[in-house]
Amino acid sequence: MTPDRFTRERRDRALRIALPIVVLVLGLAIWELAVRIGNIQPYVLPGPGLILQTLIADWALLSQSLLVTLATTVEGFLLAAVGGVGLAVLFNQSRLVEYSLYPYAVILQVTPIVAIAPLLLIYLPQPLAVLACAWIVAFFPVLANTTLGLNSVDRNLADLFALYGASRGQILWNLKLPSALPYMLGGLRIAGGLSLIGAVVAEIAAGSAGAGSGLAYRIAESGYRLNIPRMFAALVLLSVAGIAIFYLLTLVNYLALRRWHESALEQDQ
Amino acid sequence: MQSIPMPPATASHSTPLVALRDVDKTFANGTLALQGLDLAVREGEFVSLLGPSGCGKSTALRIIAGLSEATRGAVEWPAAKTELAKENRIGFVFQEPTLMPWASVANNVLLPLRLQAAAADESAARVEAALGRVGLEKFSRAYPRELSGGMRMRVSIARALVTEPALLLMDEPFAALDEITRFKLNNDLLQLWQAVCTTVVFVTHSVFESVYLSSRVVVMAARPGRVFTELAIDAPYPRDQNFRTSAEYAALCRRASDALAQGMAAGGEP
Repeated sequence: MTPDRFTRERRDRALRIALPIVVLVLGLAIWELAVRIGNIQPYVLPGPGLILQTLIADWALLSQSLLVTLATTVEGFLLAAVGGVGLAVLFNQSRLVEYSLYPYAVILQVTPIVAIAPLLLIYLPQPLAVLACAWIVAFFPVLANTTLGLNSVDRNLADLFALYGASRGQILWNLKLPSALPYMLGGLRIAGGLSLIGAVVAEIAAGSAGAGSGLAYRIAESGYRLNIPRMFAALVLLSVAGIAIFYLLTLVNYLALRRWHESALEQDQ
Repeated sequence: MQSIPMPPATASHSTPLVALRDVDKTFANGTLALQGLDLAVREGEFVSLLGPSGCGKSTALRIIAGLSEATRGAVEWPAAKTELAKENRIGFVFQEPTLMPWASVANNVLLPLRLQAAAADESAARVEAALGRVGLEKFSRAYPRELSGGMRMRVSIARALVTEPALLLMDEPFAALDEITRFKLNNDLLQLWQAVCTTVVFVTHSVFESVYLSSRVVVMAARPGRVFTELAIDAPYPRDQNFRTSAEYAALCRRASDALAQGMAAGGEP
């Protein structure tokens, strides 16, 4: 690599980090200025400064709610991971099971979760209903991607396993699951974000029933009370949680694949 | 069926290790890949199946390996080696290295032993020995991705040899490599073949490769795939660069080339 190209790449990387920050700072400054100059009331549009103050002042309450939502998200995600991968393996091993159940997995996926949530809240205790929502939206990408991965085994490798008389279990464990891993991780990365969305949707639906204490419930509650700064503060926390989940799963993806998969390899010079 | 001039087989090698008897293969789409294929492989031989694309040479190899079923005819293992478990009889090297990208070189070579639930400590020694034979003992912890094409193919050969198979089947293993690497691997393969005393069936579409490596070249014709004729390559082993540049080699290549051309002329529409 020539030194010239080296500096260019470094500059490129610096720009990729610096530019979004500049845009953020500029945007926040314009927002703050607009609120102050226009003398906009906080119950219409609070400035970023006020939102930050609210975040600090209400931290005890909001962090509690954050933990509730995060717990639901993580549980929903884990259940989706286990359920999605497990169902994909089951489908892969038994065509009859796949034919019997796959259409219903699709139906569950295409029916809007907002429409299912109120029903679930009738039949299930509220925390369980929220969890069920998180699971329903998150499991399908895991199922679909893992199924694709299990079916994407290199044919020659499959022949090799057959040649050495590998059992079904050996083929699944030593060939199909490792082949499917990159796809599975891709599905999990989507599932992380969706699980948060599922939890939020269910909390909002539950919130109108007056129960719950997650972040989305805080947003709904603050809306009724015209506590707009707190709505924004809770929203900021939700976004940060979503970003954190995404990058955490990206990191897991990278650590699991960096030695062998094209998607995670560093570019050759 | 063409008349087959029998090569000067030594008496001790008269019982074949494996034989295809009058084998037909029709694919599900109706293509007749092989018709009336007779092929006997004697123990210790290095046989090449030489032919144009579509002559069924890879199909024949897959039938010997048991990866594909003959539509008609039989695969026989008359020699004493039949008491070996089927899994131990055969090593297979594909055109691609066909390594598991998620596993280290050592674990790739270990695979056949692990699938047969061999004892772990013994397996480790055998993996090391197999890697040593192909000159890759220092790369046991590398991943396939980190190796060159030639090195990956060596790993693939080490994996095929780790079970010490009676028969090594190779399906155009060097076709995707550059010529320099291919020559090098040709030499290494001959040395390995002599060192481990195995039998090789080698599929190729290269006249030069088949003559250089083999003790016998079986020329196949296409549409339908069948044995057209065969040539004994009597030049003594070990063979090296001197053989590759000798007049004898050139003459043998010409004969093989002519046989291939006749086979293709007889083989129907290209």
